[in-house]
Amino acid sequence: MAKLLTPTATILATLLAVPLASANDLTLYSGRGESMAEPIIAQFERNTGISVNVRYGDTAQLAVLLQEEGERSPADLYWGQDAGAMGALSKAGLLAELPGDIYEGLPTIYTSETGNWVAASGRARVVAYSPERVDEEALPDSAFDLVEEQYEGRVGWAPTNGSFQSFVTAMRVEHGDERTLEWLEGMRDNGAVTFRNNATQVQGIADGEIDFALVNNYYLPRFLANDSDFPVEQAFFSEGDIGNLVNVAGIGVLESSDNKEAAIDFVRFLLSPAAQQYFTGNVYEYPVTRDVIQNPELEDFDRLLDVSPEIDLDDLDDLEGTLNLLRDAELL
Amino acid sequence: MNQTPLASTAPRRFRAFSMGRHVPLHILLPSLLAAGIMLVPLFYLALRAAEADMATLSHLVFRPRNLTLLINTLTLALGVVILTTFMALPLAWLVVRSDIRFKRALTVLGVIPLAVPGYVMAYALIGLGGNYGVLAQLTGWQLPRIEGYFGATLALSLYTFPYLFLNLRATLAGLDGNLEESAKSLGYGSRDVFLRVILPHLAPSLMAGWLVITLYVLGDFGAVALMRYEAFSYAIYTQYSGAFDRIYAAWLSIMLLALAASFVMLDSLVVKRKLARVGTGVARPVKPVRLGRMRWVAYPYLLLIFGASIGLPALILGYWLLLSPPEISFFARVPATFLRSAGAALPAALLAAAFALPIAYLTVRYPSRAASLIERSAYIGYALPPLTLALAMVFFSLRTAPFLYQTLTLLIVTWAMASLALALGPIRNALLQTRPSMEEASHSLGHGPIATFFRVIFPRLRRGILAGVVLVFVLCMKELPITFLLAPTGYTTLAVTVFTRTSEGMLAEAAPFAAAIVVFSSLSVAMLLTKEGKR
Repeated sequence: MAKLLTPTATILATLLAVPLASANDLTLYSGRGESMAEPIIAQFERNTGISVNVRYGDTAQLAVLLQEEGERSPADLYWGQDAGAMGALSKAGLLAELPGDIYEGLPTIYTSETGNWVAASGRARVVAYSPERVDEEALPDSAFDLVEEQYEGRVGWAPTNGSFQSFVTAMRVEHGDERTLEWLEGMRDNGAVTFRNNATQVQGIADGEIDFALVNNYYLPRFLANDSDFPVEQAFFSEGDIGNLVNVAGIGVLESSDNKEAAIDFVRFLLSPAAQQYFTGNVYEYPVTRDVIQNPELEDFDRLLDVSPEIDLDDLDDLEGTLNLLRDAELL
Repeated sequence: MNQTPLASTAPRRFRAFSMGRHVPLHILLPSLLAAGIMLVPLFYLALRAAEADMATLSHLVFRPRNLTLLINTLTLALGVVILTTFMALPLAWLVVRSDIRFKRALTVLGVIPLAVPGYVMAYALIGLGGNYGVLAQLTGWQLPRIEGYFGATLALSLYTFPYLFLNLRATLAGLDGNLEESAKSLGYGSRDVFLRVILPHLAPSLMAGWLVITLYVLGDFGAVALMRYEAFSYAIYTQYSGAFDRIYAAWLSIMLLALAASFVMLDSLVVKRKLARVGTGVARPVKPVRLGRMRWVAYPYLLLIFGASIGLPALILGYWLLLSPPEISFFARVPATFLRSAGAALPAALLAAAFALPIAYLTVRYPSRAASLIERSAYIGYALPPLTLALAMVFFSLRTAPFLYQTLTLLIVTWAMASLALALGPIRNALLQTRPSMEEASHSLGHGPIATFFRVIFPRLRRGILAGVVLVFVLCMKELPITFLLAPTGYTTLAVTVFTRTSEGMLAEAAPFAAAIVVFSSLSVAMLLTKEGKR
């Protein structure tokens, strides 16, 4: 024991002297994974000389953390994986207003009218399917079709997953609570198979457990990048269907930040062509601006704009109502 | 000063300890401090719970569905307890009592599964079966997909059985050979000796292990959700992660805590019996049992256990790596990340042991109502969902000690709180095997309490303390939610790196870091365990 104490004390002493962030630095809470976010943050640091301290974590957990910290938060920026989390922080009054010109030129599917956070990249909902067991003609036109008998026990979904819940919120906004609950119960009674997240659903299709899955667009390309024979394909529903919802990863500046100017510079950097090119080229997400070269692995950006339903992202913040509905359907 | 009254003379029933007179301060104060710290999350929960609105509360918390989830959770816990016992008990017996070779290596192998993060184990099991599973791709054979109740039970058992194994091993090793000799001389066969002599002595460590495993199962979300089994942790998780809500999650955490408390009570009912050695003289080491033809059962059994708990995750990590080998630069970052993980996990492990020691001492040597209350409070940190505990510490430090917020100190203290119960089991059981008369003898020879502790008690507790340190260390190495919230900004541990990559579907990039958790944890465990043999 005594032998262990000396090295421990040394370790402790060294580590307690964690350098305090200087006033010029930015602190970013990132719900986006390190492997994806780090290159772009490094580029920002090189360009501006501002250093960014990043706290990586789960989008929702960091959103809860920011609420607990309140105005004592050391964070300047929050970068979350979905509109729901951004909306929750906005509603809690934790986000600062952004300059209006930031929103100029963004397609309507990406705009937030409250003006205190902005979409940094787009993530489309798609239906993934097994090309072996599903005829391309037999693909469903609408997410609503999936309650039909021919899909019984063949569809995967993830009721605890944030992007799925945002999709249900959008369905409520577009079609009302009653019809949404009916759909949820219909899916449940039709034997929809519950998964934890998107990646496991895509794997589930390959493994023959399900034939269809409601997922985000960028998981399959990542599987394909590892294994070009991976036996799954994906498609949009018909034009304007709620199943094609475009959700976003968003970024906002904290009201409690004492370095808002630099923080806004970071927001602008995420919307710059270089960053947007990176999101679509390396992360398989959709850009929010048009001035980038498209990723050939993704459906065309203009087609995305055509097929996606017109939903105001601000309306996606009523997660509580969605969760109540999911509970009513005995899914949570 | 030296005549500290011991358990044999202290009144035992219905009497809170009279401060200072019976219990020496160096035992009482740290115990009270530990219990005091555990009150912080309770206070936080009460505060948040009070904000609730009654109508919403009944909709969210007191609803029939929660009962279903609860029953699912209990069934799961039962399954895991049974399965882990079948894994840990024979293993502990083989390693301590038989003449099997490479005991130390087998012991290390028996601890390694703890280092496998739950979701990696789940991914490994899920990825094994199915049309496009690893097995189908490598051999052409198809296994049904492992999932649901069976999958969750299996996954949890495969990485929690070491809790039981280490507890049992420490107790078995400390058991006095004379007891068995006497039983044999009275005409008992070896089966009767095991059932009537050894097993009763193992009861406290069985209970300690079961308790720790049950509480783990109650709180686990990662593996259970990946296996698509609906458990109670679902409800809490969606409350935080879906609703970004702290109020109703607090209520659900309280419900979970109440359930945990009932298990802790159950445990203390059983462990009340005194099981110290009774004979005089030196404990006799036991002659190892010759396996003989039994080895044809023992070897396949070991192969099965280690193949499933270590081989399988290793296979899946290797498979991810081969699918798309990440750049070399990934590997270059592993050592620094490991140092960050271990740099906090080791102090946390020592701190937890440092708290567990006086608490164990208090409960074993100075049993009283207050003592057992303190002991039970040690389980609070472990039984709470880690996210709840972390939020409580955020709340606490920002309001009372903002300079501590997001420092390593706070992370280490919180990790120690979350794992104190793990250290307590083995230390308490080691102490149960040490007779008070040894201390009395030391005292009567004029040694003070400190000298007595280091010369007489510590050598006998070494194994228990070491087991406790190992359990805590390995748990902290793979811990996530507390790290997310409390680590200094930029202090990215191995576990955080693995999680952020797997959740984005970047399995290949996650693999080197996940492998590092397992490999480095195992090396540390091996290092700790080789120390224990030398006196």
